[in-house]
Amino acid sequence: MLRLDSLSQSYGEHRVLRDVSLSVPDGQLLCVVGPSGCGKSTLLRTIAGLLPVREGAVTIDGTLVTGVPDRLAVVFQDYGRSLLPWLSVRDNVALPLRRQGLRRAERRAEAEHMLERVGLEASARRSPWQLSGGMQQRVAIARALVVRPSLLLMDEPFGSLDARTREDLEDLLLEVHRTDGATIVFVTHDIDESVYLGDRVVVLSAGPDSRVARDLPVGLPAQRDQIATRGLPEFVALRAEVGRAVRAPARAAVLGPADAEPEQAR
Amino acid sequence: MSRRGRRDVGLGVLGVLLAFGACEAVSRAGIVRRTYLPPASEVLARAVELAGDSAFLDGIGATVRAWALGLTLACVIAVPLGLLLGSVPVVEAAMRAIVEFLRPLPSVALIPLVSLLLGSGTRTEVTLIAYASVWPILFNTMYGLRESEPLAKDTLRAFGFGRAAVLWRVELAGAAPFIAAGVRISAAVALVLAVATELLSGFGEGLGIFIAQAQLATDGTRDVLAGVVWAGALGLVVNGVLVWGERRLFPWAPERRAVRT
Repeated sequence: MLRLDSLSQSYGEHRVLRDVSLSVPDGQLLCVVGPSGCGKSTLLRTIAGLLPVREGAVTIDGTLVTGVPDRLAVVFQDYGRSLLPWLSVRDNVALPLRRQGLRRAERRAEAEHMLERVGLEASARRSPWQLSGGMQQRVAIARALVVRPSLLLMDEPFGSLDARTREDLEDLLLEVHRTDGATIVFVTHDIDESVYLGDRVVVLSAGPDSRVARDLPVGLPAQRDQIATRGLPEFVALRAEVGRAVRAPARAAVLGPADAEPEQAR
Repeated sequence: MSRRGRRDVGLGVLGVLLAFGACEAVSRAGIVRRTYLPPASEVLARAVELAGDSAFLDGIGATVRAWALGLTLACVIAVPLGLLLGSVPVVEAAMRAIVEFLRPLPSVALIPLVSLLLGSGTRTEVTLIAYASVWPILFNTMYGLRESEPLAKDTLRAFGFGRAAVLWRVELAGAAPFIAAGVRISAAVALVLAVATELLSGFGEGLGIFIAQAQLATDGTRDVLAGVVWAGALGLVVNGVLVWGERRLFPWAPERRAVRT
């Protein structure tokens, strides 16, 4: 169980997050959506222990998080910058296993196995920068999964990919989530994506001073399909609800979408 | 090789031939007196002849040894210092004034001072070479660190790697092409200092000594120029080897990626 208690974060005078409280049960895929600049990435970096907590607390299974938690993995949007260009694809994936004291041959075997899972076994010896964007992000995902994380944080991982590649990777993520069962916090600005992927969608209000505006369970069947799921009435209704919450002005959003509309009309 | 590459090489050869021909013609036509500027072919012939002269080769060996020693010393000093200055802002701020004062000092101007302190031997030569070569390596190391990817650092930190591991695996590895380029620049600077120190100190052995002594002989211009040809060739070879090494070691450096995909 990941818990945020009245978490606030600021950069100097500029307050980014205010009073964010959330509990994420083990194995949940939580999507965090919000307009750009609402502090989604700050939230993610705080959970990752990359930013010190200013106010409030982050706990995992009751233990206060003060540094980088164990069995954590992060996938960022900018795969080109997060992969190490001087290492082969395989060695990039094998790298985090050094922390677990595995020998070189074991690390490589694990990495190759993981590359197979993301469909990149043929590219193991190439350099990351020789691959397409979608393939590079697959490498980053394989590198995250190789440590068998209990908490996987993803910061707009598919934001810079073309639509088709993005759909493939969304389905890859769902499959991985089904089989590995890690808790996933997935930050995105894409409303459709949040509803399609999430077990639950949390909407942050526009920054500065973002807070949790909406917290919606996603009642869609676990087995999702790019065409069929997106056509379901529940999907359409939920997407509209999330969309309204994301577009609402900061203050009104806290009250709920119904109150927000007249204010937008003014 | 591409068509453009072939054309460039062709133009390069043409340029060399023209310059060579001009020097040859000016001298042979008697426009400049032969003792001032011997024909290029004679200088070249003499340079080739020197390759069989064991005393001269010993001199080249001495120069190259001092050059290599000084450059190695510079690397040993500049890379760790650059890592320190580049990763600990407090130290950088404290050192900035000293560095900014020392850097613009022309190293050649220090030759008399260092000779006075250390005598006019190999120690002086190596010290001066190391001093002059430190700067490009130092600044390139610092610059390279500044260019390192914050996202790659964050990714490794999130995997639980500590500060030293991140410095080693991301920052130093990422700065390596910059450091190598710094070493290449320093290699040229070091050669200048090696020859200049020898020229000014005037005895012992080395390429600079050979040139300095040839200068005193009657009709020594040809030998002086032959020595200069050797110095140029040495610089060219060193640069070529280092450029080749950089290409082999760092095919991933951003400016080379497009070529190899």
